[in-house]
Amino acid sequence: MGNVPSAVKHCLSYQQLLREHLWIGDSVAGALDPAQLSLLFSLHLFQKETSGFFINFYGTISCLHWETPQLSGLPEYVKIVEVGPRDGLQNEKVIVPTDIKIEFINQLSQTGLSVIEVTSFVSSRWVPQMADHSEVMKGIHQYPGVRYPVLTPNLQGFHRAVAAGATEISVFGAASESFSKKNINCSIEESMQKFEEVVKSARHMNIPVRGYVSCALGCPYEGTIIPQKVTEVSKRLYGMGCYEISLGDTIGVGTPGSMKRMLESVMKEIPPSALAVHCHDTYGQALANILTALQMGINVVDSAVSGLGGCPYAKGASGNVATEDLIYMLNGLGLNTGVNLYKVMEAGDFICKAVNKTTNSKVAQASFNA
Amino acid sequence: MLSEAGLPVIEATSFVSPKWVPQMADNAEVLKGIQKFPGINYPVLTPNIKGFQAAIAAGAKEVTVFGAASELFTKKNTNCSIEESLQRSDEILKAARAADIPVRGYVSCVLGCPYEGKISPAKVAEVTKKMYSMGCYEISLGDTIGVGTPGVMKDMLSAVMHEVPVAALAVHCHDTYGQALANTLMALQMGVSVVDSSVAGLGGCPYAQGASGNLATEDLVYMLSGLGIHTGVNLQKLLEAGTFICQALNRKTSSKVAQATCKL
Repeated sequence: MGNVPSAVKHCLSYQQLLREHLWIGDSVAGALDPAQLSLLFSLHLFQKETSGFFINFYGTISCLHWETPQLSGLPEYVKIVEVGPRDGLQNEKVIVPTDIKIEFINQLSQTGLSVIEVTSFVSSRWVPQMADHSEVMKGIHQYPGVRYPVLTPNLQGFHRAVAAGATEISVFGAASESFSKKNINCSIEESMQKFEEVVKSARHMNIPVRGYVSCALGCPYEGTIIPQKVTEVSKRLYGMGCYEISLGDTIGVGTPGSMKRMLESVMKEIPPSALAVHCHDTYGQALANILTALQMGINVVDSAVSGLGGCPYAKGASGNVATEDLIYMLNGLGLNTGVNLYKVMEAGDFICKAVNKTTNSKVAQASFNA
Repeated sequence: MLSEAGLPVIEATSFVSPKWVPQMADNAEVLKGIQKFPGINYPVLTPNIKGFQAAIAAGAKEVTVFGAASELFTKKNTNCSIEESLQRSDEILKAARAADIPVRGYVSCVLGCPYEGKISPAKVAEVTKKMYSMGCYEISLGDTIGVGTPGVMKDMLSAVMHEVPVAALAVHCHDTYGQALANTLMALQMGVSVVDSSVAGLGGCPYAQGASGNLATEDLVYMLSGLGIHTGVNLQKLLEAGTFICQALNRKTSSKVAQATCKL
């Protein structure tokens, strides 16, 4: 109702609305509750980085305003793991030039994000989008207080990553035999053995390892995946020494019910503080699934700015959940993320122009009056 | 096509002046022209008594009236205050009761207003209560500009549920900021069991150019099916209806399920 021109004239008040609703982490002086501080500290416990990281992180969060969550039972702080530069760009058709990738990551480093997955040390034969992994790793500015994990599918990739300056790595498992076979040409068991080698070397060098479990809520080949299988693979990775396991709804087929069942099973074996969710938005379910995970005590969520990365299993479909839309929800829930939404939107705008695509983020679509 | 998909309620048209909403100028022809399947309701919007009478003349068996939880929005949209708009609705409700016609009420801007910004849950509860006591059998609470998030949804519903039984409530979430399904999930968790949505996510947002509007029915049905909640809706047929209307409108679907399943 109402004609569009007069509505557009009121965009100014609409933008004010945005500012009112979107808590962007403006600094408000306030003492930190020691209990909250120790909670944060325990989330980022690394032997090597303890003192340095703690000091940097404390410096950052002392400026942040603490809001009481509006919903009880939700974590007070949510760590966002930004996978746009890796999972996102890996699944885009356009191969982004190295200097653009570096600028993109440098922009993300200034948004308040504390973890940014930079690249993947996988053979360029399989993933040409990530062929410039060493140059990107060496070229980015590593900001204090931000971590820059990289994917390392095997020992060779691990050594290259370390040579290029990586100080954190991730390994990718799957809860589906068929997916494992088609994706990395080996069984789940064989892949676990490879990862054991990598994790062992990493631990020897005091390099933290994050584990991923793909197809946690469904597989493009096998269909339904039973929660017990996800638990088994997660437990194996956790037992090897992965500090955190990211459970991925690789094809986005999950819904809050299947998310709940899967998490209930995994949480019997692995503490929620060591778990993360990586939801794809292929069927529009990502935020609802993430909300469910948060309600169950998970406080680490993966996302990609602008919802970068399509779905290789459903042509034309979307992939990663958009970081902007995730932050919008978390802000609205009164949860602290430390991330500046506007800066993330700027980085999203930058990369979308570079990749020549429209953003998949609804928040960005609503906010940038094209 | 929507009737064949198993949807129990399909809002057919709006008996508003074509001067304001030209897209609905053919309201009477549409209502007379559709096949009315047994067991399906076809409510129509009636902004005033004149529209109501035109709707009845065209065969309407259920009508809806629109209110808002924001004074500024009401002023800009219908050129009167909330109180005046409620009086207009009351006129319609009285006439509807006399004709044995059920009336559904809508409250706009329940989680935020493009002009006023934040809206207090108490205000939403106040307007909802008035519409319910006037005789609306159900009140649909609309996040008109999609700014809401699950916590705000919960607070608003808590306030409203103090005044109106949850069985008489529905949620109408817009997906302008991608929050619709998460907000709907929260509403379901609070006991709401009626949800408004639009096939293919039809309808943009007049307050944010280029932004999306309604929650896509396909995506909603997908979630509800996954949750084991019975809706009676056939997703395949729904997808077909969505494809049909998108082709007719020459636009892409806003439904992610449709995007993922379309083999084009």
